Formats: sequence, C-alpha cells, structure tokens
Amino acid sequence: MTDPSTEQLRPVAIGSDLERRDGFPKVTGTARYAYESEAASPAYCRLVQSTVARGRVDSVDTAAAEALDGVLLVRTAFDAESLETDDGELAVLQSREVAFRGQVVGMVVADTAEAALRGADLVEVAYSPAPHDVVLRTGRGDLYAPEKVNPSFETDTSDGDIDEAVATATAVLDRTYTTAMYHNNPLEPHATTAYWDGEALTVWDSTQGVHPTRAVLADLFGLDRERVRVVCPYVGGGFGSKGEPHVHVVLAAMAARAVPGRHVRLAFTRQQMFALAGYRTPTIQRMRLAADQSGRLAGIAIDVVEQTAKVKEFAEQTGVPTRMMYAAPHRSTTHRLAALDVPAPSWMRAPGECPGMFGPEVAMDELAEELGIDPVELRVRNEPEVDPESGLPWSSRNLVACLREGADRFGWADRDPRPGLREEDGWLVGTGVASSVYPVNRMADSTATIRREQGRYVVEIGAADLGTGTWTTLAQIAADALEVDVAEVTMRIGDTAYPIASVAGGSSGMTTWGSAVVNAARAFREKFGPEPPEDAEAQGSTEDNPATERFAMYAFGAQFAQARVNRDTGEVRVPRLLGVFAAGRIINPRTARSQLIGGMTMGLSMALHEQSVLDPRFGHVVNHDLAEYHIATCADVAEIEARWLEEHDPHVNPMGSKGIGEIGIVGTAAAVANAVHHATGVRVRNLPITLDKLLPALAG
Amino acid sequence: MDTAITLGVDGEVYRLTVDTRTTLLDALREQLDVTSPKKGCDHGQCGACTVLVGGRRVLACLVLAGTADGAEVTTAAGLADGDSPHPVQRAFLDNDAFQCGYCTPGQVCSAAGVLDELAAGWPSNVTADLTTEPAASRAEIAERMAGNLCRCGAYVNIVAAVEQAVEQATEQATEQAAEQTAGQARR
Ligand code: FES
Ligand code: FES
Repeated sequence: MTDPSTEQLRPVAIGSDLERRDGFPKVTGTARYAYESEAASPAYCRLVQSTVARGRVDSVDTAAAEALDGVLLVRTAFDAESLETDDGELAVLQSREVAFRGQVVGMVVADTAEAALRGADLVEVAYSPAPHDVVLRTGRGDLYAPEKVNPSFETDTSDGDIDEAVATATAVLDRTYTTAMYHNNPLEPHATTAYWDGEALTVWDSTQGVHPTRAVLADLFGLDRERVRVVCPYVGGGFGSKGEPHVHVVLAAMAARAVPGRHVRLAFTRQQMFALAGYRTPTIQRMRLAADQSGRLAGIAIDVVEQTAKVKEFAEQTGVPTRMMYAAPHRSTTHRLAALDVPAPSWMRAPGECPGMFGPEVAMDELAEELGIDPVELRVRNEPEVDPESGLPWSSRNLVACLREGADRFGWADRDPRPGLREEDGWLVGTGVASSVYPVNRMADSTATIRREQGRYVVEIGAADLGTGTWTTLAQIAADALEVDVAEVTMRIGDTAYPIASVAGGSSGMTTWGSAVVNAARAFREKFGPEPPEDAEAQGSTEDNPATERFAMYAFGAQFAQARVNRDTGEVRVPRLLGVFAAGRIINPRTARSQLIGGMTMGLSMALHEQSVLDPRFGHVVNHDLAEYHIATCADVAEIEARWLEEHDPHVNPMGSKGIGEIGIVGTAAAVANAVHHATGVRVRNLPITLDKLLPALAG
Repeated sequence: MDTAITLGVDGEVYRLTVDTRTTLLDALREQLDVTSPKKGCDHGQCGACTVLVGGRRVLACLVLAGTADGAEVTTAAGLADGDSPHPVQRAFLDNDAFQCGYCTPGQVCSAAGVLDELAAGWPSNVTADLTTEPAASRAEIAERMAGNLCRCGAYVNIVAAVEQAVEQATEQATEQAAEQTAGQARR
C-alpha cells in the first residue's frame, strides 16, 4: 500500500494498555465540565416551556417575573434577538407558533439560580391551542418517503424481485417488530456557560464537536467565525445527543449577549432533556425473509415506519443494515415517516444500525427455529462473498470468525435448541445470539498541528473526548506516527482555538482525527527530521481515502446472551453477555473494552428497561426523569465480556482501526430477545421485554 | 430568605449565607465553587451528587444547605491526598471504571461509603443471612452501588474496582490487626 491515506503505522504505542490521561481529574471530580467553567459572578438562565403541544402564544405576562428580586431580564418570542436560520429546532423564540409540547417559549436570566427558577415559574403564557397529532401508526394515510435517510442514504432500495422470492420460497417469515422511543440521557445534562464581551462570544458547551457548534452559532448570530470560540475539554456523555447543537447553547448565547461582560450559565434539567435534547424515534419494522430448506436466503426485506417532527425532519436509516448484512439476491428496503407534533428526533448511539439490527436479527432467529437450523449456522450460511449492496469486496469481514469464537467461548455447542425446557429454581434459562455491524466512517475537514514545545511534541486538534478515550488514544497515534515515546506527546483538544475537527459521531473519530494527526506527524518529520528545533510546526489534514471506492468497510461482531426469566413473576435477568468483535486494530485495549461493554450495557438497557412513554393526550413524555425512564443500573448488570479478534485491515486508515463507539450496542437487544425466547418459548417482538409481555404466556 | 451556615468541606471551613431554597449541592457548586459533586438530575435519582457527610454517603441535591449547618462534607476531590488518589480512586483508574467521568466523583464517594458499610457489617437487600457479616461479593457490591447511575455503562468495571478496593482495605485491616497483636505480644 503506497497510498498515503492508508500507509500503515508501525504499532508501538498503538495497542498498548494505557491508563486514561484524563483519569485523575475525573476520579477526583476536578475536571471542569461546561457548567463548571470558571466565571467570576455568573448569571443564571432558566427556561419557560410550552404547556400545549400545538398552537400559538397569544400573550405573555412577564411583569411578576421582572419585578422579582435578582431577575435581570425575561425574553420571549415578542422581544428575543432575531436569529438567522431555517432550522426549525434552533429558531428558538423566533415565532409565536408552538410546534411541540415543552418547546421553549421564554427564558429568565437572574443573579442567582433560585431567582431564575422562580422567575421562570412566574411568567404567564396564554395560548390559542390547536389540535395535535402525536401518535405513530403504520396505517396513517400521511406517511411519506423522505428524500434521503440519515445522513444521505437512499430512502428505498430494491434488487431482484422480493415478492417473487417470497412467493416461491420454501420457508417464509413475515413479521413485524418494534423498538421504543429512547432518550440518550447522558449523565451530564446539556449545559453551556456563555460570555459576550461586546465583540466576541465564548461558550463553554457540552458538545461532541466544538467546531461544528461554532459554525452554527456564528451563522445564527451573524458573526464571523473568528468572533466565536467554543471550549469543551470534557463531555459528560453524549451518545449522539450532543452531536448537533440543541437550543440550550443558542439560548445561553442569546442571554449572554443581553448581559455583556457577564457569564451566563444554562443547563437543561433532566426533565427538559426529554423535550429539548433529541431522542431516537420509535420504529415499526416489517421483516420478510424467504429461504430454501437449507436456510439460504433468497430474499430479505425490511419496511420501516418511524416518526419525525414537523419542526425539523430527521429520518433514521433503520433499514440500511439489511441492505448489506446477508447474502440474498432479492432485497428490498423502504423507509416511511410520519411527521408529528413532537420534538425533533436526532442521533442516538448507532442511529440506523441499533434499531435496524433488532428486527432482522430476531427474524433470523425465528427462521432458524422454523427450519431447525442452529442460529449461528444460519448466519454462517448467509455470509456474502462481496457487499450485496455495492458489489464491492470487503476490506475485511470477520463476522463468521466472531460467531465461531463467541460460540466457542460461550459454550454454544452444548445448546439444546428447543425453547422453554430448562428451569433452575423457578427460573427459565435460555441463550441467544445476534450479529453486530457498524460501518467505517470517515468525515471530511479535520486538521492537526504538531509543534515542538519545550522538548515535547504538542498535538493540537479541536477533537472531543466524550469518555471515548480521545485524550489518550490520539496521543498513542501521534507517538507512533512521530516514532517517539507516547510520554513525549502532549495532547490539546476540545477548543476551537485548535484546528478544525469533525464531530465525534458515526464512530469516525479515530479514523478522521487519527488520519489528520498522522499526516501532521509525517509532514513534521519531513520538514524537520528527527531532531526538530523548538517551535518547529507542521500541519496535516484528513484526506479522502481512495480505497473506499474499491472496498466496502465495516466492523462486525457477534453477541451472545444468557437470559433467566422468573416462571412466576416474569422478571428477566441477564446473567451473562459476551460480545466478540472484529473492528480492525484496537488502539488502546483498556478504553476499547470500556467502549464495547458500555455499548453492550446500553443495549441490555434497551432490551429490558428503556422506553419513553408519550402521552397522546398532551404530547409529552410522561416518564421524563431517571426514576421512571429506567436505564440499567449496577444491579441490573452481571457479567458483560467484550473480546476482539486480531484483525488487520490495511485499507481503512493508517492505524488499521475501524471505530468501536457504536458497534457494542448493535445486536444486543436482539441477542437478549432471542435468549428470552429460548428460555420461555415466548417471542417478544416489541421492545422492551417487560414482564407484562411474558406473563400471560407463562401463566398459560 | 437567607440563613447563615458553617460548612466543613474537604478540610476547609466556610461561613456562608444561603437562600433557604438552596440545596447543599448548589451551595457547594455555585457558592463555594466546589464542583467535584456533579448534578445529573437534581432529584435524588442518579447519584452523581453523592458526597460523604460525617463519613456517610448522602445525595447533596436532596439536602437543603440550611439544614447542613456544621456538617463535615467530603467530596471526591477531598478523598485524594494532593496528587495521590485515594485507594478507591486508584482502583477506578486501574479498572477503567469510568468513561465520560461525570458520574465518577459520585461513584467514588459512594464506593468509599460502601467500604465502610461493609466493614461495619451492614446488610443490604441481597444479603441472604442477616446474622452473619455480609461478604463483599459482586452481587453485594452491585446492589450497594445501584443508586449511582452510569450512562456510559461502566458498571462491570465499577464492581471490579470496588472489589479491588475492598480487598485492599481488608488486607490493610488484617495487617494492622497483626501488627497490633505483635505489638501487644512484645509488651
Ligand atoms: S443530582 Fe443528586 S441524585 Fe442526581
Ligand atoms: S462514566 Fe459517564 S456516566 Fe459514568
């Protein structure tokens, strides 16, 4: 390989099990997150939210709030600064129209947090409500095909003739699966500290991308980019919900511009996060599989119905993994949306793949059972030689190896396939398997600078560490690209003062930023040789990878679950989860393992606990806090093990790494659902797998 | 309405005036700029704000500052000894028991509390036999740490870290006891 975009590094620091560089500040809590950035005497901003799901604000009475001691200002659609945008979500306080319940209709800025909160309570808003429409159903007459699905995939695809394949196959499966509405719920709420000095805006924002946030703010407020700085060294989790700016950062900036020379702090409350911070759309997936007696697929099809918001379109690419996962000559995928009076859905960990591998992977289990074929074997039999979608060869594809290795470690060989047979002390026991997949994404526009400073190599790039390990792993990449000890490298990230970097999304960080760092290091060495003078400096940027034209690039995995279901209560426990992944070279095994088990833990949570319950009468999520929106706790998790295969892929990037932030959550819920079926004989096709869905059958 | 209180925080004594609506968490974070305890929900549902008050774990968002007059508060920042981490923190670093770090100061304080509760023989919901000292099994640890949510999903590593810290504390206690016995024998 002579192509510079993939010329392989010699891994020395890469692959070593290094402790996180940001570890000490995190375990002591001295790492300062956005809301905690230093400020002499900050003001506080609290929000007023609409209490109708659709309608118009007729009038606002702010007198009582304004009269309150400590209140500095109140802003509503009647007097807010105007913004330049056609983004319906970010156009906050720009119109009196209400597009969803919980939409921001006012903000109060005060000297203390208590006064701001009380002030927000005192703002009286009068509405002309209009009837709202918030219920997703397949039978709606107004379902439509979006132009593209996230980020730019074809909405529908069709190869061969799926109807013909279904009509003539020996075995046909036609089932509908649903995934719930989910909220990302990073533990750190979306928060901003903003400062306007009359000329320039500085925001300390909790974001997955300082540069993209800067670009949005500059456009909204009509400022040159040079006059906006975004700082974010630490992110308290994002999972996609901090990938695109939400209104908190806009409102904080607006508030700061109204009180020049003063810092303003704004954080969403946990409850507000259920209306204002994005979420994953519920999905309804009709799956069709057509196979011969040996389990070879002739056809595979998925028809997805999901929701978007009238205020802003987001089309989750749920059907996309079905296009490439298994060999089937006849394939068809469609996406249809209902535009509702709800908050805008957005990215949540593995958009597309995460919900879109639930239906297909449970369907494969159902087909295996129907044909009496082992579910691991069924997947192996449908392994495609080349990418069915593009016809390109795989840069590497080790799904079968993951399945085999996982089966081996899990003790799959001894499994009796018959469901509902094993009982231990009143608990029904079963095991299940599902595949995982995630594409290798590379974004445009990332640049790194390397400079010699006091005998050290300083690497600067406006990248983000959401807990993903970037502080540590980019230093490892830089060390190998410079051929120095990793201890000689200083990293600087999370600030628009450093060169441009793409958003931390699509598991693209290492590929994109890592490639920029490698190019900067190569340019640096070329210019200055092995003994660079003080202040020597070079830059490098991510380039297009021509190999993407020649290869289909994905990471794969296999997940195995054991489920125990209480015969009397229907309670489900998952004592064991095992994931085996093939994701190229692993930069840091310690942080990698955390990412993978973290994804699997969130997948377990999706399988058993999570669902946002939308009240059709009022249009809001009723279980809008952490007491009622259940995420897995420490006591819900027993053994979760993540392993990976040695995989060498010279085509993806100079590190040979594939991205691991999202693949861990893909397939977990299906593996658990399949295990629950094996335990009980009950097939739960609608997530989450709660006891009410099991009890009737267990009782009978 | 305001009220004057005295708070001991991580070895420092502060006199401050607080609004009677102010929580201990907000008093620490906003007035004293002690931002080690985090705010994840402000409703006692996540554990991010866990601190030790008089050595016992407490959710600082559920305590009104005015009622904490005279309290001795220890945060995760105060558990460390300058640049050297507390054994629980060392164990979190060793086991990579965190990712984003936002739940972590609360987890660390909670774990320090769990160590003491186990040493004192307090049972939990999963302790089978209430007449014996609870063992520091993984199930016991997971149960006792269940009030501290981690959205990054570091639980497996958190349990391993707490196990390591318990083992270390037990070894230390045994060594100390042995030294004491040896000392007594010499006397
Ligand atoms: S902030 Fe106190 S428990 Fe969540
Ligand atoms: S480390 Fe991110 S929430 Fe626990």
